[in-house]
Amino acid sequence: MKKLLIATAASAVMASGAYAAGHGNEIKIGVILGFTGPIESLTPSMADGAELAMKEVTDSGKLLDGASVVSVRGDSTCVDAGAATAVAERQITSDGVKAIMGADCSGVTGAILTNVAVPNGIVMISPSATSPGLSTTEDNGLFFRTAPSDARQGVVMAEILLEQGVESVALTYTNNDYGKGLADSFATAYTERGGNVTISAAHEDGKADYSAEVGALAAAGGDRLVVAGYVDQGGSGIIRAALDAGAFDTFHFPDGMISAKLEENFGTEIDGSTGQHPGTDSPGAAKFTELVGGAFDATSPFTPESYDAAALIMLAMQAAGSAESADFKDKVMDVANAPGEKIYPGELGKALDILKAGGDIDYVGATAVELIGPGESAGNYREIVIKDGKITTVKYR
Amino acid sequence: MDILNAIVALSNFVLVPAVAYGSQLALGALGVTLIYGILRFSNFAHGDTMAFGAMLTILTTWGLQAMGITGGPLPTALLALPVGIAGTAALLLATDRVVYRFYRRQKAAPVILVIVSMGVMFIMNGLVRIIIGPGDQRFADGERFIITAREFKTATGLSEGLAIKTTQGITVVSAVVVVALLFWFLNRTRTGKSMRAFSDNEDLALLSGINPEKVVTYTWLIVAALATIAGVLYGLDKSFKPFTYFQLLLPIFAAAIVGGLGNPLGAIAGGFVIAFSELSVTYAFKKVVNYLAPENLQVDALVQLLSTDYKFAVSFSILIIVLLFKPTGLFEGKSV
Repeated sequence: MKKLLIATAASAVMASGAYAAGHGNEIKIGVILGFTGPIESLTPSMADGAELAMKEVTDSGKLLDGASVVSVRGDSTCVDAGAATAVAERQITSDGVKAIMGADCSGVTGAILTNVAVPNGIVMISPSATSPGLSTTEDNGLFFRTAPSDARQGVVMAEILLEQGVESVALTYTNNDYGKGLADSFATAYTERGGNVTISAAHEDGKADYSAEVGALAAAGGDRLVVAGYVDQGGSGIIRAALDAGAFDTFHFPDGMISAKLEENFGTEIDGSTGQHPGTDSPGAAKFTELVGGAFDATSPFTPESYDAAALIMLAMQAAGSAESADFKDKVMDVANAPGEKIYPGELGKALDILKAGGDIDYVGATAVELIGPGESAGNYREIVIKDGKITTVKYR
Repeated sequence: MDILNAIVALSNFVLVPAVAYGSQLALGALGVTLIYGILRFSNFAHGDTMAFGAMLTILTTWGLQAMGITGGPLPTALLALPVGIAGTAALLLATDRVVYRFYRRQKAAPVILVIVSMGVMFIMNGLVRIIIGPGDQRFADGERFIITAREFKTATGLSEGLAIKTTQGITVVSAVVVVALLFWFLNRTRTGKSMRAFSDNEDLALLSGINPEKVVTYTWLIVAALATIAGVLYGLDKSFKPFTYFQLLLPIFAAAIVGGLGNPLGAIAGGFVIAFSELSVTYAFKKVVNYLAPENLQVDALVQLLSTDYKFAVSFSILIIVLLFKPTGLFEGKSV
């Protein structure tokens, strides 16, 4: 028995040695998203989006003289900062990832950034962390996001509601960094423009019953209920309880609520409800959909952002001529913004060539990437309305 | 008209939900109180027993639905209930044989049994998660409403709506039926009487020839039925998620203790006291007050005593107040 164990262990060691030799020129990028938890229905296509960009670059064979890019998936859980930090720590120290595409939810993203990414000097590009607080977090120039800050979403949301003549709303938000940040920025923007928030109440995720919360919201009243929550969690519970009690008929949904799950859960019951999530009608979005070709849902929220986040990491590496975060962190803003040749999805190979020749690129990608201020997207939004139980686009703004 | 509106608003958000929630708590608390009265320990595994019973019922419901059998306007889960009860009874009896009987024969102190029941709780908790997963399960079907808010508004012409869900109606009706059956059993049948005798004075009961193992078996059977019904009703009315059943333990124990541990009547009263306080303390009375108050006394504030985040704190506070001032509970149960 003992001999067998030794033999197995020895052959395993030898096999992994051979494996490493065969993949000497390999760059690992961590994909840390909440594969379990409150946005678990969004994350699979987000990871697919990021991995699509990696595959495109690997297949082109042009990154840093034919390096192949390998994705290492990790579960951020979206809510458990301890678990997310441990995953990031493991990816950097034991898997040896050179950069992180992630994380998704604002709370865990902040935790990974301060506890793991900054101490280890690893670049992080989040496709979906939108809390305004992350704009001012100390990041040593390592943190970027292809999603806009919620300070911007709050303003857009206020404008959409006021344009439709909704001048008083009740507001409920999920009790975390994302919900609180978004609720605050919305309430400020809405009140400044003359709207009235009758109540701003937090709700906890994962409860069986939200009738008490809805009771308070209904008592405060309002023309519409703004639900800044998660569709896989308390957000849907609040809507269900509000519909059951007849408290509100129409709702307004920010990004965390908009997914196919919303149609599936409520269908025509929420007709006339409105919402918005980061999105764009730039030619990049259509090209991205075409590139994906039905392999996964290319229009699911934050999926194009994930493709762009992964692409930016690899383009910055090429521009710096190095896969080390310390070298390429300063190049991220350069490749994302003008001047240079515009790069759309599916053109990563071309971009790598230009960069190798010392040229300039302006990465547009699937979401019209334009990084401003502390390295975050300027923000384009898709305004939606629920019509006949389907999420339909009104316009882009 | 305004008075009617105030009453309807209050019923819609406080009275109707509280009656349904109170019935679910009362059924749960009855199980806890029976175990405390007859087996003489606080059963921490009760919340997860409810989850286990509800899970078996859900699985059976899915089976029935797959075979095309439904309950028509009523939820199919009601048809599946007997299977859930039988399975839970088997589990509880097996647990008793394997775990509790050992400690009973040792004449272990109640506090040891409490700790043992916590161990059982974790095992049941894991069992449920392994079988059905930790996520939300919806299994309610049939008509969703007895009356919807919109129908009520058009029918009465009031500006406030009143919605009564089918599940709320079923909850109250089944709670009444179950409680009536239980009291008939405890007060009128020979086995019920022997159970009460055993609860009042164990030694005297043994001397008069009551078989203790038989009493214990009957207790577990009744507890299995109560727990499964409570669990299924709660799951139908709200939604089934193993973790929320674990959280239910606090309000259930609060209900049992407030009413007086070991006293079935107290458990029912306790359930309603907890449910009504949780809901009315966290309800914003703005609308109701504005309907009732004259023109010049309208309020802008929410008139809410506590934010809904503190719902659980309400049951805790009531528990502590009762333990401080009336340790035996409202209905003179055993002191804890």
